[in-house]
Amino acid sequence: MSGAVPFWRAAGMTYITYSNICANMVRNALKEPFKSEALSREKVHFSFTKYLNGKPEKPSIRSSDAPQ
Amino acid sequence: MFRRATTLLRRPLNAAASRRFSTDLAAEPAADTSFVEAWKKASPNIDPPKTPLSYLKPRPPTPSTLPTKLTVNFVLPYSSELSSKEVDMVIVPATTGQMGVLPGHVATIAELKPGVLSVHEGNDVTKYFVSSGFAFIHANSVADVIAVEAVPLDRIDANLVQKGLQDFTQKLNSATTDLEKAEAQIGVDVHSALNSALTG
Repeated sequence: MSGAVPFWRAAGMTYITYSNICANMVRNALKEPFKSEALSREKVHFSFTKYLNGKPEKPSIRSSDAPQ
Repeated sequence: MFRRATTLLRRPLNAAASRRFSTDLAAEPAADTSFVEAWKKASPNIDPPKTPLSYLKPRPPTPSTLPTKLTVNFVLPYSSELSSKEVDMVIVPATTGQMGVLPGHVATIAELKPGVLSVHEGNDVTKYFVSSGFAFIHANSVADVIAVEAVPLDRIDANLVQKGLQDFTQKLNSATTDLEKAEAQIGVDVHSALNSALTG
């Protein structure tokens, strides 16, 4: 490379973001049985619990595929 | 505080320059000998615990003659596609262009762009589409290819590729922020790479 900054880097993207976007586009271009399999493999669920005054509140679940 | 300053200054200046590449490093001993001795004293009847390092095979030394086969490891986050497979040649899609790797290739690290990774084995050619990743080529004719997503070419849907290419070309024209533009540009790049992989 000639030392030039890639365009995504110039836009403030990190390499991880860039490679994840690339991987996601490839997954979305697959034929059917493989596409849903590849997409389901990437799903992540987070359970958040906020602590107020030392007491845990009801946990909320956030999924990577659902809007936040 | 500056007690070691004179010793540090006396170091040869080219110490950093003469440092060997990490790919040439000798393999680490699998276990810390002083720890193993201390463990033997404390519990002579129980084997010392194994660390991930002790399960690793030591790196094969760089042979003096050129080997006829290239050993390839190709791994994804969720599976190991090729594990120490001996092949004739791999062609990796490096950011600097398609890079053919034959046995005895000089040690390098290459960043991969979306493109076709082809594994040549006699007359058989296996082609994968890799999204992005890295290829580590070691001096001992071992190549490690690491990708985020890789699929055999026949699993790609040509219609979705055409549709994606149109969508992202449109998005590139209508994008306003730098981030949107970059994302659309990545979309165009990935889908053109997919398209050229499918058409030949």
